[in-house]
Formats: sequence, structure tokens, C-alpha cells
Amino acid sequence: MRVGMSPIVKTVTRVAIGIIFLYGLYIVLHGHITPGGGFAGGIILALVYILYVLAFGKEEAEERLSKSWASALESLGALMFLAVALAGFAGGYFFLNVLPKGNPGEILSAGLIPLSNLAIMLKVGSGLFAVFLVLITFSVVIRKEEE
Amino acid sequence: MFVYLSCVVLLLIGLYCVAVKKNLVKIIIGVAIMEYAVNLFLVVLGYRHGGTAPIIQAGLKDPLFVDPLPQALVLTAIVIGLATTAMMVAIAMRIYDRYGTFDVTKIRKLKG
Amino acid sequence: MMNLLPTFVAAPLGAAFLMLLVSRISRKLADLLGNLCTFYLLAAAVALYFLRAPFQVVTYQMGGWAAPIGINLVLDGLSQFLLLTVNLIAFLATLYSISYMERYTAKDKYYTLFMLMVAGMNGVVLTGDFFNLYVFLEIAAVASYALVAFGTEAEELEASFKYLILGTVASTFILFAIAVIYGLTGTLNMADAALAFPQGAAVARAFIITLFIMGFGMKSAMVPFHAWLPDAHPSAPAPISAMLSGVLIKALGVYAVVRILYNVLGMTPQLSYMLMVLGAVSMLVGVLLAIGQWDLKRLLAYHSISQIGYVILGIGLATPLGIMGGLFHLFNHALFKSLLFLNAGAIEYTIGTRDLKQMGGLSRKMPVTAATSLFASMSIAGIPPFNGFWSKLFIIIACVQAGRLWFALAAVIGSLLTLASFLKFQKYAFFEKIKQGFEGIKDVPLAMAFSMLALALLCLGIGIAYPYAAEYLVNPAVVAVGRGLGYSKTVLGGF
Repeated sequence: MRVGMSPIVKTVTRVAIGIIFLYGLYIVLHGHITPGGGFAGGIILALVYILYVLAFGKEEAEERLSKSWASALESLGALMFLAVALAGFAGGYFFLNVLPKGNPGEILSAGLIPLSNLAIMLKVGSGLFAVFLVLITFSVVIRKEEE
Repeated sequence: MFVYLSCVVLLLIGLYCVAVKKNLVKIIIGVAIMEYAVNLFLVVLGYRHGGTAPIIQAGLKDPLFVDPLPQALVLTAIVIGLATTAMMVAIAMRIYDRYGTFDVTKIRKLKG
Repeated sequence: MMNLLPTFVAAPLGAAFLMLLVSRISRKLADLLGNLCTFYLLAAAVALYFLRAPFQVVTYQMGGWAAPIGINLVLDGLSQFLLLTVNLIAFLATLYSISYMERYTAKDKYYTLFMLMVAGMNGVVLTGDFFNLYVFLEIAAVASYALVAFGTEAEELEASFKYLILGTVASTFILFAIAVIYGLTGTLNMADAALAFPQGAAVARAFIITLFIMGFGMKSAMVPFHAWLPDAHPSAPAPISAMLSGVLIKALGVYAVVRILYNVLGMTPQLSYMLMVLGAVSMLVGVLLAIGQWDLKRLLAYHSISQIGYVILGIGLATPLGIMGGLFHLFNHALFKSLLFLNAGAIEYTIGTRDLKQMGGLSRKMPVTAATSLFASMSIAGIPPFNGFWSKLFIIIACVQAGRLWFALAAVIGSLLTLASFLKFQKYAFFEKIKQGFEGIKDVPLAMAFSMLALALLCLGIGIAYPYAAEYLVNPAVVAVGRGLGYSKTVLGGF
């Protein structure tokens, strides 16, 4: 039985995944200059993984990134966000922006905001593909019981 | 004013779906329609006549921006809606596993 | 002291996500982390009583941005009172769940969801900004939907789905009302919105109040929005039922109604009468529906509806004694209703059933459970010297003083029917002959017994020392509510 989709789809996916991944990273890193930020970039990165599952089949995709890795990355993302917020205590207030702020319009500006964007990207991306994995796995359970 | 009224109409259509339809999946879609209606209402609240997108770009001199605060609120509301919809779908799948049907009138073990 | 305020939200959030990483090492570490976190929260909530000068309103600006641009955390008497209630019941419930949740397989995920729920409730109580209120409300609500469905049996899933749909519809209404407030006033800060609210917009004001009563009324299970509660509370595991019935419907529902209707929109006589009618109807409908119940937890859930009716009646009176009675009853109800649900969980843990017809004569085999449930039943029925008697007395006297004699009569009738219902519970559960097959049972383990004993002693203690409780615990909250629209002045400082 053929797993996944046709060879044309698989070849195009192999090329497209790198480009989409790069695009998602661009949106996250420029979150304080252009629209987007952590949430939109995280969703795009999760969609990279979902595209991989749809094109190649679930078993091969789960070898690359399994469910336990997803949940660990998610917790790490949340803890990183909390650490960014607590770092504001160094300046006296919760969530204060303590790193130096450069000129507006450059990448290395706006203090702690790029770090919090990265944390949100980790959390949202891994959260969304964990949800996707769980829903896909469950339907396999139902179909197996029907056979 | 007309735009706000049409948002309320969309909210009521979603409420009708939740209240009347018998299939679990249609109820979930009704809740999603209600969330869309409220998000649309929030974004339209921020519109200023003749305004542009609220992004600071080099070279633009003193433009009129639309209000960016409702846009941030809608982003957060969309994320919350995503989490709630994921929960609803997961519970609906497990209900199908246990009861064998998506029909609300047949899922009535708790009574009294 | 000001830096203590964000930790009420940050600590349970950190514990929730740390739990998932820690539990890969050992399950006992998950227990320890959860209990340490709630113990810290309880200690911090009690410490606030000593650190804050009475009648002083503390404002904490997150990120250093001043209002109305920034998000503020506001601590006044009402927030402090609810913080103590929420964290006290949370600590005792986590202690109880060390033993009770052993029979469920995913205990670490249970603790994660529990910590998220506590973080959401603390956030709702502390925040001074409308949209922040909505976000924390949703965090706590989604965590509670997952916790109700925790056992994934058929009935629990059905109850959770019903709760989920009704809760999401209510949250959508609340967001709609917040959007209308933003459109009218141009700001999301509660104190600022109270000042900037246009004077002549009567239709908009009525629309906002209707949406808020629909949304928060569903969260606090007022009749006619109560349909989810009798299914959701029995289906949850016992410590979650105690948290849901004891604090969630109060922190998310009643607190938000009080804060918005008193401090932001301003109380009027029509609004007060409407709250009183809603409260009285909840009281009577809850108690009448509870009389015919044979499932123990369903009976307790219907009584929750009735007792919240008392709280809303007291608060709706808008006199100082009425508000004092309502808020005192809120605290007492958290204590005795949580104790009753923990008792029901203890009975289910040993016997395995919740049906009153199958129980009997348990008082000889389970002395701790029997004694504590006797204390709790006497409290809820309003028998002196327990705490329920004093708070109901305050509400009834306040009704009579305000000239609302029919409401006082309804409160007395509700109290008598509650007494009848709990006499039935005591008789069938503890005082007849023990049924066959149950002779070999023992009482509950130490962690569960400790929580129940602590709550029972608090019920008795607060009842005996009620003048001190009313003066030091509840009075600051009454003053905060009675400030009404003056809330804006104290939060934003002089202008």
C-alpha cells in the first residue's frame, strides 16, 4: 500500500519545506518591525510539520519529531516566556523591558521583545503540531477498532 | 452603523446554530461563527476613515493610522478561540468513540 | 510587598509547565511541586493581610507603564478577600488529591491543569483591566473544561461538552460587551472606563449590562443559566468538584459581577432589584430541584445553585449589612461546600458509589468522614454556632431592614428546605444499618482526612469567632464594594 501522496507531491514538498521554514523564521525574527511576530510565525512552522505528515504519511513523520519532543518543547517555550517576564524584576517591575533598546527599525532593538517572540514561537508551533498529532492518532485508533 | 448591525446579525446566526442544530459538529461550527462575529466587531471598531495600516515605515510623514489596539485584542481572541475549538473537537471525537453517534438527542445519559 | 502581586499568577503558571518536565523523572516530584506551589500561594495570601494597611488600595503597574496605557493589577479589600478564599481551598484540594487521584493514570497532567486553573482565578481577581480579565477568565475556564472530562467516561464527556458549549457562548457575550465598552469609552482600563463612560448613553448601558449578566450569570450558575452545573459538578473528580463549586463559580462569576456592576458601571435601584430577583429565584429553584435527588453529588450541585442565590440576594440589596452578609456567605459557602464535596469523594473512594439508596450506617466505619460531614451539613443548613447560621442571619436581617419582606421569607423557606435535604443525606448515608458487602471498609488515608478536618475546624472556628471574622476578613471587602464609582479615584490617584 502506498504511504503518503504521489511522488510529484513528495518531490515538491521536499523543496518547499525549506522555503516555508525560512519564511516562518523571518516572520518571527522581524516581529517587532513588521506585522506577525511569535504567534503567526509559530503557526507557519507548525504548518511545515503538518505538510510533511500529509505528504509522507504519519509513521515517517513521527520518526523525525515525536509527541514527547513536542510536549517538551512546548513546556520549554512557556518557561522561557515566564523567564523573560520575571527578568523584568531586575529593573523593578514585572515584564519591564530591561535590555538596551536600539534604533527603531533594526533587528537588534526593542529589548526583550524578540526573545519573547522566540518563546511564543516555540510554544505555539509545538502546541499546534501536538494537537494535530493527537487528533490524527486518535482517528487511527477508531479505524483499527472497526477492522 | 450598518456594519455593526451586520456583526450582531452574524452573532445571532451563530447562536441559532448552537441552539437548534442536532449534530455535534454543526454546534461546534455555530460557536466558531459566533467567535468570528465578535472578532469582526472588534476590528471594525478600530477603523478610522482614510486611515492606513498601523506600521511605522521610514519615509511616511505623519499618516492617519487605524486603531491598533483592537487588532491586538483580536489576535489574542483568535488564539483563545483556537484552543477552545481544539478542545471541543477532541471531546466530540471521544464522544463518538463512546456513544457511537454525533446526534445530540441520543447523547442523554445524564438526566434529572 | 508590591512585587508579591504578580507572583500570584506567575508561580502557578511556572509550576504548571515545570510539572510536565519534572514528572518524567518521578511521580512523587509532581505531587511535591503542586503542593509546594499552593502552599506558597496560601502563605502569600495570608501575608497580604499583614502587609497591606487597611483601606489602602495598592496598584501595580505591569512593565512600568502607567494607566491608562498599561495594564494594572489592583489589590483592594475585595480582591484580597477572594485571593484568600481561592488559595485556601486550592491548597486543601491539592492536599486531598495526593491520595484521591492515585486511581487516575495521568496525575501529572491533572496537576498541570489544576495549576493553570488557579493561575487563571488569581489573575481574574487581581486584574484592573477588562481584556486581561477576559484572558484570565478563559484560561481558568478552558482548564476547568478539561478537568471535568478528566476521567473520560461517557457521562463525564457529555457533561464536559455541555459545559464547554455553554461556557464558550457566555465568554463570547462577555467579549462582545467588552468590545462595546471599548467603543464607547476608548479605553480598556476599568477605572478609566468608569470615568470616561458617556452620561446619556442609556441604551448602550442597558445593552452592556444585559450582556454581562448573561455571560457572568452563566459562569456563576444563576437561574436561568444554570443548566450545565448539575451535570458538570458531579462528573468531575472530587477535589475538582470542590474547586469548581467552592471557588470557580465565585471567582469567575460573582466577583466579576460585583466588580463591574458596583465599581465600573454604578449600581442603580433597578439593577439592585433585578439582582435580588435573580438571587431569590436561584435560591428557591435550586433547593426545590435538590429535594428529589438520590445521587449525592448531584444533590450537592443543586444546593450550590441555591446558596449562590443567597450570595447574589445579599449583594443585590446594596446596603452595607446586605453586602456584608453576601460576601461572608460567599466565604462560608466555599468552606462548607468544598468540605461536602470532599466528603462525597471520600465516600466514593471507599464504597465506589454515589447513590444514597445504597449507602447506610457509615458512621461506625468512617468516623472522620461522618463527623466532618455532620459539621458541614449543620453549617449549610444554618444551625448555630456554625458559620452558615451567621451569614444567613445577616442576609435575612438586611432584607428586613431594607423593607423587602417577601425576599426575607423566601430566604427562610430556602433555609428550611436545605435543612430537610441535608437531614435526608445524613440519615441515608451515615445513620442506618450498614449494607451487606460493606463491612470491611476503612476510613480514608491521612492526606484526605487532614483536608477534611481542617475545613471542618474552620467552619466551627469562623462560626464561633464570627465578630472577628466579619471585622477583619469581610469588612475591608465591604468597604471596597461600597466605594462604588469612587474606585476610579483611588486607583488612578489624585487628579
